[in-house]
Amino acid sequence: MNSTKFAPWADPEAKPLIRFQNVTKRFGTFTAIDNLSLDIYEREFFALLGPSGCGKTTMMRMLGGFENPTEGRIELAGKDISGVPPNKRAVNMMFQSYALFPHLTVWDNIAFGLRRDSKPKPEIEARVAEMLKLTRLEKFAKRKPHQISGGQRQRVALARSLAKAPKLLLLDEPLGALDKKLRQDTQFELMDIQEKTGTTFVIVTHDQEEAMTVASRVAVMDEGRLMQVATPDRIYESPNSIYVADFIGEVNIIEGTATPDGEETYRIDWADGQEPIRATSARSFATGEKCALAIRPEKVTISADRPAEAVNAVQGKVLDIAYLGNISTYHVELPSGTVIKAQTANTRRISRRSFTWDDPVWLSWTVTGGVLLAE
Amino acid sequence: MNRLSWFNTVSLTLGFAFLYIPMVILVIYSFNESKLVTVWAGFSTKWYGQLLKDQAFLNAAWVTLKVAVLSSTIATVLGTMAAYVMVRSGRFFGRTLFSGMIYAPLVMPEVITGLSLLLLFIGIGLDRGVMTIVLAHTTFSMCYVSVVVSSRLVTFDKSLEEAALDLGCTPAEAFRLVTLPIIAPAVVSGWLLAFTLSLDDLVIASFTSGPSSTTLPIKIFSAVRLGVSPEINALSTVMIGIVTVGVIATSLITKTQKVRQQRDEQEAARTQE
Amino acid sequence: MRRFFLIAVPYLWLLALFLVPFIIVLKISLSDTALAIPPYTPTLDFSAGWQGIKEFLTGLDLENFVWLTEDDLYWKAYLSSLMIALISTALTLLVGYPIAYGMARAPEEWRATLMMLIILPFWTSFLIRVYAWIGILSQEGVLNQFLLWTGLIDQPLIILNTKIAVYIGIVYTYLPFMILPIYAALDRLDESLIEAAEDLGCSRLSAFWLVTIPLSRNGIVAGCFLVFIPALGEFVIPSLLGGSGTLMIGKVLWEEFFSNRDWPVASAVAIVLLAILVIPIVLFQRNQQKQAEAEQ
Repeated sequence: MNSTKFAPWADPEAKPLIRFQNVTKRFGTFTAIDNLSLDIYEREFFALLGPSGCGKTTMMRMLGGFENPTEGRIELAGKDISGVPPNKRAVNMMFQSYALFPHLTVWDNIAFGLRRDSKPKPEIEARVAEMLKLTRLEKFAKRKPHQISGGQRQRVALARSLAKAPKLLLLDEPLGALDKKLRQDTQFELMDIQEKTGTTFVIVTHDQEEAMTVASRVAVMDEGRLMQVATPDRIYESPNSIYVADFIGEVNIIEGTATPDGEETYRIDWADGQEPIRATSARSFATGEKCALAIRPEKVTISADRPAEAVNAVQGKVLDIAYLGNISTYHVELPSGTVIKAQTANTRRISRRSFTWDDPVWLSWTVTGGVLLAE
Repeated sequence: MNRLSWFNTVSLTLGFAFLYIPMVILVIYSFNESKLVTVWAGFSTKWYGQLLKDQAFLNAAWVTLKVAVLSSTIATVLGTMAAYVMVRSGRFFGRTLFSGMIYAPLVMPEVITGLSLLLLFIGIGLDRGVMTIVLAHTTFSMCYVSVVVSSRLVTFDKSLEEAALDLGCTPAEAFRLVTLPIIAPAVVSGWLLAFTLSLDDLVIASFTSGPSSTTLPIKIFSAVRLGVSPEINALSTVMIGIVTVGVIATSLITKTQKVRQQRDEQEAARTQE
Repeated sequence: MRRFFLIAVPYLWLLALFLVPFIIVLKISLSDTALAIPPYTPTLDFSAGWQGIKEFLTGLDLENFVWLTEDDLYWKAYLSSLMIALISTALTLLVGYPIAYGMARAPEEWRATLMMLIILPFWTSFLIRVYAWIGILSQEGVLNQFLLWTGLIDQPLIILNTKIAVYIGIVYTYLPFMILPIYAALDRLDESLIEAAEDLGCSRLSAFWLVTIPLSRNGIVAGCFLVFIPALGEFVIPSLLGGSGTLMIGKVLWEEFFSNRDWPVASAVAIVLLAILVIPIVLFQRNQQKQAEAEQ
């Protein structure tokens, strides 16, 4: 929905709001960011996703002005901002710990940044009232941060960083301190507020579900490099590397060698005595090139007999069953020892399970079900 | 285990008796009519009256107070700066020496500190008086202040300062508007500690004071060397009284604050949405 | 610029009023006594240029340190200081541990008050607390009167102006330093560990010996150093309670300086005292560091 209407990254004419140009950041001998280039556009909700230590927080701190790049330049609206201190940037940040000033009330916390600009008093009051309304905190204006709940604190932090109407809002693990249920509600609230205010959001998170839910584009990072930058659906359905495929959601990886077999179609020999697998791929592979087929468990069908029309089918026996309520995941061991996961939706209530442990079963998937990746 | 076993009851009772009985005896004998400390000759407050008339004691008390206020205030400023440097400044030239000089005075025997400062003052030809005592006291008590303040700064969430910068503060404004109000309790206890250390100090003051700047501890020490006197008991009682009131008041204030904070937090947890 | 100012002010203060004085002490300890003002030689004369500095350096020697080893007053004083500090540290531990233990086992709501009662004497004047014991320990003091009255003794005991009085004084004034770290260690100790030990067959006593003591070790070590280090250089307690018979190095230094006006020897005494103190201080630092690492 978002991606069809709003896609400035696909428009070669669009000017990015933020531009990282060959940015490298080193701390002593440790390279946190390694020659990285990236464009982020206005009104985007951009997620930096990766495991801890991948450099995503360093990226954000460079945008906030708390770190300066060792090499390369960072532009905000076309201007180089390296060397500009945080208090002189039209960028605000929502801290992971919220960093609410404990000695000030909610109202004073939100007004803090506005007062620094020495705006007239009525203007400050109006703006704070607007922010309190936006974040539904009107009732708590007079309280101190320790007198409100975690979820309310999170909203104060958001209101405070939005109060100055920054061009860019940075959110460092904004929902990390909330419990799961509250986190899900808050994700939608965040998207709502982003849309209402039209601010560009850059969010740092290690939670892939959160990134997929809120972001217009996701950048998957590892060891200071960008692995893939794309919309959530492309990240999930067309990962460009085993790392990305493995990092986002569950995946089966089948390694083998590719042989071209028709247009954009390949035959994959993957285990002795097993039928080769067929898969399509836009990326071309040479004959005998090593490859890996990444296939999501929900794309694998499990059945008692070999489906007649199936292109790819393998036989194995059920090793484990994980019942998750809405879905069940079957771990099926193939004769070669490889374990493949298959997922089925539990659409009917209390239906008898079709398969149980040690049952012989067939797994099948289509030619387009998996993604063929280079090793 | 909610009730104390007999062993713990006995050890606590004996322990606190040991800590407090000497002071109680001291206080009781300050109200003794007789000049002889060993004989009880009836209740009297005459030694307090005598104390108030003793110009030498009053002068010494005034000097002590001046020294304590001045030195603890300067020490608090310098010690807070030093603590900030230690916790926040990262690496700089001579950092190891700096931290060494912060911690060394804490374990340095007073006789050595006093001796070395006196030799310095003589070496540079500084006349000994209130100023030299203030310099000496500031030097050792700033180290205590910096230890107290830096232990607070270590647990201080650095992102609070970053948030202030992010919202448009200059570094100086961030310190004044955010850091200082939050670490204020530690700075105040640092000041109180420095003040008490200065009030209490005999050895360093003896080395660095001049003939016109006798402090109360020096006066007490020379009086005590001649034996026990009820006047000193009276003076001690006054000092113990002031400290007791101060300590109890502070602990009551912090206790009510803590209770209030706990109540607020419970309330906050209940009013979730 | 701001950062430079922030570092420079306390730095220069400490350099001028801590390090420089210390170097002066070191220098004077290498000089000779002289009947002059200042009462030592050589004095550094910068106006004589390089030659002056050279002359000054050749004038320095270890004579005072040799003197310290020759006159048995000094090494006896060092030895006696070490003994007094050691014994009183052990006594403080014996008195302090049960109190800390009792506090840690006391009901939750008492603990803040007990803590305050331990800290309160610390805020009252050190001198006054030592003075209080003179009236108690003297021949016609409160203690002797009480013991005579009960009939336990028929001759007053001589305690004041002996080493025993010094031990009592040190234990009394440094007790909070021992109690607080031990209490902190015991307070953190999980009650269920004792229960587990008892469950596994320990008696109460052996559970205490095998679980409580080892787990409060860091507190014990910290407390002992906090008492031992200042006790070694103590001046007030031996001079008020110890009488002329008690030799302690702090007192020797004081008398060397004020009575004998022998600055070089006083400085040498100070340097040796520091050299002795370096060992426990380094050990103490290491213990604190280990503890800090363990907590992370």
